[in-house]
Amino acid sequence: MVQEYAHLYDMLSKVQGFIYPNELPLHWGILIVLYPYITGLVAGAFILASLERVFKVHVLKPTYELALLSAMAFLMVATLPLISHLGKPGRAYEIMITPHSTSAMAIFGFVYLWYLMVVLLLEIWFDYRRDFVLWSRETKGIKRWIYKILTLGVTDLSPKTLEWDKKLGYFVTVVGIPSAFLLHGYVGFIFGSIKANPWWSTVLMPVIFLFSAMVSGIALVMLIYMAVSYIRKNPPDIKALDAIARYLFFVLILDFTLEALDQIHRIYEAEESFEIISLLVSGKLYITLFIMQVFLGTFIPLITLGVLQLYKPKEKIRKYIYLVISLLVLVGIFFMRWNVVIGGQLFSKSFYGFTSFKLQLIGPEGSLMAAAWIILPFLILAFLLWLLPPWKKHAEEF
Amino acid sequence: MKSRREFLKAAAIAGGSVLVSSMFRPFNAVVFAANEPANPTDIWYGIGIDIAKCIGCGRCANACKSENNVPREPFFFRTWVEQYTIKNDQSVKVESPNGGIDGFTQSVAPEDIFKTFFVPKMCNHCYKSPCVQVCPVGATYDSPEGVVLVDQTHCIGCRYCVQACPYGCRYILPDKGVVDKCTLCYHRITKGLNPACVEVCPTGARMYGNLHDPADPLMKFIKDHNVRVLKPHLNTGSKLYYNELNEEVR
Repeated sequence: MVQEYAHLYDMLSKVQGFIYPNELPLHWGILIVLYPYITGLVAGAFILASLERVFKVHVLKPTYELALLSAMAFLMVATLPLISHLGKPGRAYEIMITPHSTSAMAIFGFVYLWYLMVVLLLEIWFDYRRDFVLWSRETKGIKRWIYKILTLGVTDLSPKTLEWDKKLGYFVTVVGIPSAFLLHGYVGFIFGSIKANPWWSTVLMPVIFLFSAMVSGIALVMLIYMAVSYIRKNPPDIKALDAIARYLFFVLILDFTLEALDQIHRIYEAEESFEIISLLVSGKLYITLFIMQVFLGTFIPLITLGVLQLYKPKEKIRKYIYLVISLLVLVGIFFMRWNVVIGGQLFSKSFYGFTSFKLQLIGPEGSLMAAAWIILPFLILAFLLWLLPPWKKHAEEF
Repeated sequence: MKSRREFLKAAAIAGGSVLVSSMFRPFNAVVFAANEPANPTDIWYGIGIDIAKCIGCGRCANACKSENNVPREPFFFRTWVEQYTIKNDQSVKVESPNGGIDGFTQSVAPEDIFKTFFVPKMCNHCYKSPCVQVCPVGATYDSPEGVVLVDQTHCIGCRYCVQACPYGCRYILPDKGVVDKCTLCYHRITKGLNPACVEVCPTGARMYGNLHDPADPLMKFIKDHNVRVLKPHLNTGSKLYYNELNEEVR
């Protein structure tokens, strides 16, 4: 036995029933769980920001820039787990220069760049341009130069120009909403279009991914808003938190309904793959699906947020509840991605058995590395908040 | 002034037509599996496997590994043999220890066996292949003769094709980080030789041939038997035809 295959031989002894021999190793591991998770956080955070901007939900104003910067921080990391998972990371650029038009995956680079360059960067730039100019006058040293560069030379602060900033920013947000839908619906399509895999292949997949993205993104902004307020020793605006919680509640209902519909449909039709999938769900996915995703990640938040719509305890208690709920939802959606990505590879496409998966601690596909990919966006966000603090933005003068 | 206007007009028409025609390309991308392929060449390779003739010796799987330098570990196979045993209670037991290379032993007691048979598996060389469809860089492609091949100098190792193949015929070469699969021994068949698995089969259970030639032995095999492909509901355009394929086989 060759040492490098030791873990595969170990897996071989854990196979249940029959799998095609090539199906032993899981080809997509924790890094591919992170990919839809992180892109979902981006799309969700952006959609929350858009609520304030486009739909004029002014109570969310304190979280607007925070949501945008969070989306930005996570988007900057979104591709990294993906690239590092490739067998040939050095060839990743090929997906941009020789894209294969029939592949759902080939379009990702373009969707990503569109979202990063056209939507997020532009929206943030239009939102901050006036402050870049003012900050470049107020600050000294290297920061002054960074702000000067960030103005891109557009230092005109006449009311007419500022009005244009607003108009263009608004326009970008309007374009951004369908883009956010596209970004994450499309990630769902990558899985949903694989007809070989009955656990993935459902037309609902893009829609489910989209709504779960909104759920996780809203919870993320809620958590970050509370954390940033705590660090700044500046109590969070409870009205904003209540409003976010209300949106979280509504989107969670939609998300849960769609996922339930998907499962009911599966059970009712009970196609050829039904038996293996029911074994999967009641066996290998029992903890991650029923306990983590459904009970902790969906059921408890849904009930709690539902009760909070009718009865509001004291502010302080509410804040703690929101803290716990946002964490539960974030964990729940992580396991939703886990159940899709890992769950879809545990059963054989022969429908006669299961392979096994054990998350390693170290190594590029290990849990420590995964934790690093999750922590990195928070570090980027800390930097962005240092450079572009929303609380130091100049009040509008007109 | 007039000429400038005409120029602008012409430019607008040209730009507009480019835009409109570009709208059709993505549509092409969507209808991949709904299209019938254009197969311009005279040769259009298919494969025939006669389950009634397979004795489960595993020589095909062994020869394939030798011919194509497939890693010897029991989780890398371009072709392998499965032993199906249907018990009296109609439950199904499938086994393929080391892909059948070391032969088989029957683990079900004889009195419990309803019937048993061997099923050799390999790439189906589908003509509407999901693996070709999903490859993001076009590293997996159809040869003009209908053989699904991989350009390993271009493959980025994303493994999307591994997920998309309904038949489990692809694996990642651990040392190279790129995908590998059956080539129908393209290096041999283009020289008029048999694929290694066909060459060594002692009972003639495996054959390959030209689906465009009515006189080809493969076409006679398809005509004379009730052949079926695996997972026909997936509409992959499989060109691997089995004789005596039980419905239990997936």
